[in-house]
Amino acid sequence: MLKLRRLWMRLRATIGSSHCDRDFGDELESILQMHVDDNLRRGMTPEEARRQAHIRLGGVEQVQQIARDSRGLPWLEVVGRDLRYGARTLLRTPGFTVVAMLVMAIGIGASVSLFTVIHSVLLRPLPFPHPDRLVAIYSQDAASSRNTVAPGDFYDWQNASQGYEQMAIWRWTGFNMSASDGQLPEFLNAGTCSWKLFSTLGVSTVLGRSFTPADDSFGAARTAILSWSLFERRFNHDPAVLGNAVRLNGQLYTVVGVLPDWFQYPNPKIQLWVPWQIEIPPVIQLSHYDHIGYVVGRLKPDIPSTVAIQELSAAQHQIYLRLNGTGPVKQGAVATSLLEDLVGEVKTPLYVLLSAVVCLLFIAALNLSNLLVARSAARRREMAIRTALGSSRLCLIRQQLTESLLICMGGGIVGLFLATAGTRWLTTHWGGLPRAYSVHLDSMAVAFALGITVTAGVLAGLLPAISASGGNVFSALQENLRGLGGSAARTSMRKALLTGEVALTVVLLVAAGLLFRSFLRLRAVDLGCTTRNVLTMNYFLRGDKYSKPEQIVNFDTELLEKVRHTPGVEAAGLTNVVPGDGYYGDHEFWVPEHPPQPLGEHHFAAYRTADPDYFSTLQIPLVRGRFFSENERLEHDKYAIVNQEFVRQFFPAEDPIGKHLRVAWRTQQGENYELIGVVGDTSYQIDRPARPMMWFPILAGIPGNSGDSVLVVRSAKDVMAFATPVQKMIASLDPDLPVKNILKMEQIVGESTANSSFTATLVLSFAGLSLLLAAVGLYGVLSYLVTQRTPEIGIRMALGAERERVLCLMLVDGLRPALVGLSLGMAASVAITRLIRSVLYATSPLDATVFCLVIVTLLLSSIAACLVPAWRASRIDPMHALRSE
Amino acid sequence: MANKTEVWLGTLSLLVLRTLATMGPQHGYGLARRIEQISGDQLSLNYGTLYPALLKLEQEGAITSEWGVSDNNRKAKFYRLTRTGRRQLERQTHDWQQATAIVARFLSPSGEG
Repeated sequence: MLKLRRLWMRLRATIGSSHCDRDFGDELESILQMHVDDNLRRGMTPEEARRQAHIRLGGVEQVQQIARDSRGLPWLEVVGRDLRYGARTLLRTPGFTVVAMLVMAIGIGASVSLFTVIHSVLLRPLPFPHPDRLVAIYSQDAASSRNTVAPGDFYDWQNASQGYEQMAIWRWTGFNMSASDGQLPEFLNAGTCSWKLFSTLGVSTVLGRSFTPADDSFGAARTAILSWSLFERRFNHDPAVLGNAVRLNGQLYTVVGVLPDWFQYPNPKIQLWVPWQIEIPPVIQLSHYDHIGYVVGRLKPDIPSTVAIQELSAAQHQIYLRLNGTGPVKQGAVATSLLEDLVGEVKTPLYVLLSAVVCLLFIAALNLSNLLVARSAARRREMAIRTALGSSRLCLIRQQLTESLLICMGGGIVGLFLATAGTRWLTTHWGGLPRAYSVHLDSMAVAFALGITVTAGVLAGLLPAISASGGNVFSALQENLRGLGGSAARTSMRKALLTGEVALTVVLLVAAGLLFRSFLRLRAVDLGCTTRNVLTMNYFLRGDKYSKPEQIVNFDTELLEKVRHTPGVEAAGLTNVVPGDGYYGDHEFWVPEHPPQPLGEHHFAAYRTADPDYFSTLQIPLVRGRFFSENERLEHDKYAIVNQEFVRQFFPAEDPIGKHLRVAWRTQQGENYELIGVVGDTSYQIDRPARPMMWFPILAGIPGNSGDSVLVVRSAKDVMAFATPVQKMIASLDPDLPVKNILKMEQIVGESTANSSFTATLVLSFAGLSLLLAAVGLYGVLSYLVTQRTPEIGIRMALGAERERVLCLMLVDGLRPALVGLSLGMAASVAITRLIRSVLYATSPLDATVFCLVIVTLLLSSIAACLVPAWRASRIDPMHALRSE
Repeated sequence: MANKTEVWLGTLSLLVLRTLATMGPQHGYGLARRIEQISGDQLSLNYGTLYPALLKLEQEGAITSEWGVSDNNRKAKFYRLTRTGRRQLERQTHDWQQATAIVARFLSPSGEG
């Protein structure tokens, strides 16, 4: 307390020091006078009295100095002086200062943006109470990786588990919300969850109540909980919506609660929640075969996740032993933290980007260091004179550091603004970045900015400061300004700095090259169908209106009829999922013509539907047999088409045509579907290999199976022009039916490569910037060398050296650090690039083309950077050079 | 040397506080004289030593100062003990007595046994 008070007083004294000085002078004077008075009283002569008083007082100046030191804060005054001096030096070269600051600003800004994103997305705990106790639980086979959970397993887990306070299951679903109160019909992404989901996460509704066990039971009255965004957007914040009914898929659901606006689990797309047992058919609720749900668990306090999951896994193994052979039952369970589950996918790309920007920041700092070394060489005499006048080495180092810190601080402030913009740009342009809504610049980011600014400032300033202030004062004073070998040490330091810069640039270039090549490979992937001029749009035929097959088939047929008769439309078809848009569900099947499968072995293939014209619309080639025909609809639907991968895996040595697939979705024992055709492979996701797929007639009209439709329309020219007319056709058939995802095939492909293109583009631009910085550094060092060696070159020429030889000499001199840096960078790249293997598609981390390209690029830009100063050296007029000596 | 000054400075603030407590508000010169007098002229205080101690005490809030007029009509800066100063004096006196008592016990001849 006392210390603080003292510090405050001293700080005040430092700021108003002139006033204090005067006050102290007066006091000293008055004391002197009193002393003199006393001495006079003792009978001294006036002169003697004054002399004695002065002797006792001590030297007035010394006393004043002591007083000043203990009154104010001397170090603060020194810092202030350094700052003023540094600012003045920087203002004298505004061009240099602005460029240096901008370079630092870019480096710092980019780093802070990335840090902010990483901090908000990867590091900050989820906004739930005790988030460390939340886990995502998946089921697992002995061999295969994790899988979503079968509802039957979940209910058994809930009863068996001791390690979890509570757990909940949920899955994605979707509803058509009818047009009402002048608002358009709309498709809502929704979740269906067991009633404990919100209490497991630890969130309560802001309005109304959460689900109860009574809501979440078969045959209960239909209820729904709204997300804040839906409540805000569609219901205008009106609390009166509580207790009212909304029409979803034609059914009335009573709104019982509204979630807080910060609740964004699993992501903001989910607009409302409905109870699990209302949405999921009872057969599936008890099933141990249908792996459809995501499970969230809250661990009991002090129980480690590993212990809890072991117990759960054991319980699952019991289920497996009991039911093995009856269907696809999983053998165990695995858990990851909920945070990891949500953001695990973007971890590597984010850290790759962060490493890239930190590299960039390093290069910027090295560049600044390099520039400062150059300046400090020019100020060597000034330093020497100041040393001679009694300045301590520490004092000189401090002053030089102040300069680089000032530059970095300026850069840091500008960088912080850049970071604000950069962070916003990142979160809006990075599609699929989880938790993007929670990303914002906070005090942590500012602290981080301050940290890297100071670090960069010290790093950049220390080397030049030490190199400038050391050494022999006398030699520096005697040294001719244009001395021949005087600054050899400094030049070699600049070369060393440049080598580091080039090495880092090479690493960045290689990483960028690999990412870009991977992106190009991804773009070039053949989906297996045409993507040009194809429009797609989704609609979901659900609810009462579409509870009979005839209703679904009539709608689809009428729509297709209208679309196909639109002038300009070349072809139109229907499916449930187009290529490149994801795997969606698969289904178990077996082949009746084959011997029975061994116990516990199950065959799955992706489940697809198609109408007769779907394949020709997307130009998916027919390999064998035929497509569906117009009369293969409704009850007459026992036909199936498979892809080549399916044949490769399940009919390796026989003709599949005429064989059957047995699939159980209408009855337990299943029905036989005759294989009538084989089509070419299409990718379900662009960076994944083809998997077995089977198509069934969409015009079977099975409610729940055939209601999910994607309409594909192909035309010869701009297909987007058909979006509105087709939407109008749909509205004319059913004004309450919302349409979603109106996208061209190119857009669907684009979306799946967007992240890869994003990372590649960013890293490439960072690498480009680094290359520029390195080139500027090379140019600067060589220019400086040339100026320094002008007299020497003049002598060489006078002695008969040819201009070409001089050019070569200087070029080699300048290129040496580039070459050393290049080899160091290559070695580092070979070691480092394997870390980004997981984000590369079909590209080796040691891709020879990329490495060669980087070598060529770097050599060309180094030669370009060195050529100008080297050429200038070769143009030196020897007479002129010697005369100026 | 350095050691000696340190101890000296520490004790000096105690002497200043004690003098101000017994004599009431005093100016710098009077303080110096008074301390010398009480020490039986064994201590010699010049202002370069006294002033930093005064300043430190003032910065800590143990004393305050204001301009006034001395006995013989000279303008002078008077230092006065504050309540914080009084508490500090009590504590320091206690500490000092304890410290000297301990040292005395070591130095007394019987302390060896």
